[in-house]
Amino acid sequence: MLEDAPPRLTYTFHVEGQDFATAGEVSSKIRRILQQLGVHPDTIRRTSVAAYEAEMNVVIHAYRADVTLETDDRTITITVKDEGPGIPDIEQAMQPGFSTAPEEIREMGFGAGMGLANMDRCADRLEIESVVGQGTTVRMVFNNTA
Amino acid sequence: MERLSSNRRMKLREIIELLDAEVLTRNADLEREVEYAGASDLMSDVLAFTRPGSVLLTGLQSIQVVRTAEMLDLKAIVFVRGKRPDANTIALAEEMGLPLFVSSYPLYEACGILYQAGLPGSLGTAEAHGWNDLMNNRAVKTAEGALE
Repeated sequence: MLEDAPPRLTYTFHVEGQDFATAGEVSSKIRRILQQLGVHPDTIRRTSVAAYEAEMNVVIHAYRADVTLETDDRTITITVKDEGPGIPDIEQAMQPGFSTAPEEIREMGFGAGMGLANMDRCADRLEIESVVGQGTTVRMVFNNTA
Repeated sequence: MERLSSNRRMKLREIIELLDAEVLTRNADLEREVEYAGASDLMSDVLAFTRPGSVLLTGLQSIQVVRTAEMLDLKAIVFVRGKRPDANTIALAEEMGLPLFVSSYPLYEACGILYQAGLPGSLGTAEAHGWNDLMNNRAVKTAEGALE
């Protein structure tokens, strides 16, 4: 039977584009779930930072997104699937310092072009798929170890 | 560089005294210790370069400063130059147990006071945060792409 299969938990959240007042709430919820699951604090920190960068990207650039958190005893996976303008050149978007964020976003302390690069640094694996005019899906996998 | 004190941890109570700061959040635990201090108005950089156990000094008052501190396990935030965040921001910080302070010192001077008193910097070099290889790899990849 399934006795040996690790318990796999899935949670889904919604993020609205341009909603700066609540930006970060989903990452905060993800963080609390990981704390309740007893995940190592270092793993929680880099997962939270990457989730927050991804959430800010949705709020800044996209119309809306579904954020899915999946955990088992080995990995934490966060998938952010947005409806938005898409990324024409992912390699360019990954460059630290490259940004298309408008000035008012920069005044909020974001849009410095560090988001995707920081997500890449925090995650053990980062996958990005994007279709211009439709949206972007970002998947981040974190090894659930110390 | 000559400093008055060697590197040491500092209680929030001491930071408040040194910066002549006002406590904005109720029930703040002023006995909490911090290991480092970092200063920036750019949350993108704070998210990329800050060590846990830090206090953040900033001139930015947006609610995103508190969210950033939450994700990074920061110990407290000092708003400089007398800038006060709005009530929602203070309420969110209270909810998460994050002490907020406001000091009338400008950013440079507030940093100088804490640094002189022995609190080391949190926003290390890019290399210290594992960024150098990443940037070099990206640069190489881009250069290779350009040759194709």
